[in-house]
Amino acid sequence: MDLVLIQILNGLQYGLLIFLAASGLTLVFGILGIINLSHGSFYMLGAYLSLTLTSYTGDIFLSLLLGIPLAFAFGMLIEWLFIRHLYGRDHLQQVLLTFALILIFNDLQRDIWGPRPHSVPIPSYLAASVQLSDVLSYPVYRLVVAGFCIFLALCMVYVIQHTRIGQMIRAGESNREMVEVLGIDSRLLFRFVFAAGVALAAAAGAIASPIDSVYPGIGEPVLIISFVVVVIGGIGSIKGAFFGALLIGLADAFGKVFLPEFASVVVYALMAAVLIASPGGMFGRAS
Amino acid sequence: MPTSASGLTRRNLLVMAGAGATSLALPFPRPAIAQAQPIKVGLLLPYSGTYAQLGEAITRAMELYLKQHDGKLAGREITFIKVDSEASPPKAAELTTKLVDGEKVDILTGPVHSGVAMAMTKIAREVGVPTIDTNAGANAITRQLCAKNVFRSSFSNGQVGLATGKAMVEAGIKTAVTFTWKYAAGEEMVGGFNETFTKGGGKVLKDITVPFPNVEFQAALAEIASLKPDAVYSFFAGGGAAKFIKDYAAANLQASIPLWGPGFLTDGVEKAVGSAGNGVKTVLHYSDDVDNPENKAFRAAFNDAYKIYPDVYAVQGWDAMQLIEHGLKAVGGDVAKRDEFCAAMGQASFKSPRGPFRLSSSHNPIQNFYLRELKDGNNVLVKTVATEFADLTTGCKLSA
Repeated sequence: MDLVLIQILNGLQYGLLIFLAASGLTLVFGILGIINLSHGSFYMLGAYLSLTLTSYTGDIFLSLLLGIPLAFAFGMLIEWLFIRHLYGRDHLQQVLLTFALILIFNDLQRDIWGPRPHSVPIPSYLAASVQLSDVLSYPVYRLVVAGFCIFLALCMVYVIQHTRIGQMIRAGESNREMVEVLGIDSRLLFRFVFAAGVALAAAAGAIASPIDSVYPGIGEPVLIISFVVVVIGGIGSIKGAFFGALLIGLADAFGKVFLPEFASVVVYALMAAVLIASPGGMFGRAS
Repeated sequence: MPTSASGLTRRNLLVMAGAGATSLALPFPRPAIAQAQPIKVGLLLPYSGTYAQLGEAITRAMELYLKQHDGKLAGREITFIKVDSEASPPKAAELTTKLVDGEKVDILTGPVHSGVAMAMTKIAREVGVPTIDTNAGANAITRQLCAKNVFRSSFSNGQVGLATGKAMVEAGIKTAVTFTWKYAAGEEMVGGFNETFTKGGGKVLKDITVPFPNVEFQAALAEIASLKPDAVYSFFAGGGAAKFIKDYAAANLQASIPLWGPGFLTDGVEKAVGSAGNGVKTVLHYSDDVDNPENKAFRAAFNDAYKIYPDVYAVQGWDAMQLIEHGLKAVGGDVAKRDEFCAAMGQASFKSPRGPFRLSSSHNPIQNFYLRELKDGNNVLVKTVATEFADLTTGCKLSA
């Protein structure tokens, strides 16, 4: 297989993973109107939960089954403690509080897990790899990660398009006051959406933990790239996050090989180009 | 004359009143009070953040050294004044000034981070306080920015690269690809590597970089696979290093294109990479199993005191204290004689846990470099690849 095809594969796989992280961010931003800088911390939480739970259960998928509900519950708690006070407030106040959360979570991380990088084992039944070229192999687990991301994306589409709670989310997004007038408790709805965002970020951190190493600050680059995805895709749009993330993944993979001197700016140049062509993002509402 | 009265300070008065015939025999009687005060050694090290563990290792070794000498070097009591550098370059100048002007330290040691070191040594050069860099590897500190009062007990990035290039040539490697983050430490190590590797007849096919601190390596791995070099020379650190080593192994590249690097690629992440790191070869100025009595004694004493074995950073802290002791002995404990004190440190030669230690004309250690191979979470010493190996002194105008 030649370099171009391999890079397409790399780009799609990386893109699917950042989609998972960005989807939670775009939901919270689009529906709650909250700029959540601590989103990367929830990615980190997922990675460390996976580390601890896998050491007990011995299997990454069992730890996902336990970890995602835990992260969801944690999200409910954080929303109740902090985030609910931010609705309708100035973005600056939101940035201040969620930035403070980053600092707190980083300190908690260090106290609980320490500064050394850790590793989460790939389950032995997935330790195989696929031969791509005479010397290069592709780990099967990376394909599983891509599959898991697609699965969660389909789940999201189903929940949003075909369930009552999805209907409320869509309604809340377009007109929050009308939803409240109709007797829907938007406080509960928002708590659910925020917790779902936390759970999605944590799921991304957890499923990626065996191919990444788990270390302090692991969530920060994820936060930045997620914001880029949200801006490119259009705020609040899951579909936009999906295609935006794939675009970013491919741009990153090809930029590194074919434009190495500009590797660090390729992604941002792409963002600027999309914003010039379509200021609301690819799938954003014109505002 | 009124001036003669004011020239008689309280300290001189005390000396004359109390010290007696011996001190009067000296041309300039040293102030008795100052002599009785402990020598202040400032430690500007990270005690919080990502590098906290490195700062702690250096500090522990220095404290252990002092404890073994009953708190005294050359008959003078030593006190440590510790300041958390937070490994933050923007705060470095302020914190250094605090140690130098506020605490009036006699000797300055630290830091871990090269950005902090650049700011710290800039002030050190201006005010002349004897300074020992206990880790930061920025080339400039012992090359173009060298100074008579600035020393290093660690390494320079270029030196580690030079030694690794030499080792790879000797291992029969003809072609290589380098791969690192696009930032100073990585580029300096790659620069050193390219120099000796190319001089030894090797060919560097490509220098690949990724933006710091990006850890998405798949694209570069595909490129390495298509270039098919004999080996890869790579530097990453911390979590990025652990991820890279695992990605490299998962791509099955290790079998056909062995991975080499400076010791920092694997130190601290041995356990995190586990068996994925098997076969990774690194070159460093220390290895846990260096076979000499100093290393054995040091490791045992460190483990006794802290219930953990020392690493390369601890060795660097230990040797900073050896340097200080050599300097102090030469001036009879009178640290105010800065020029003599610094000259003596520059000439120091002693046995370190890492092997023989002395300083080059630009004050960077001349030291052994060891080839180690990672085996199931342990760096195992393969052999000594460079004996008493010096860094370049490019741009330094000091002479030995």
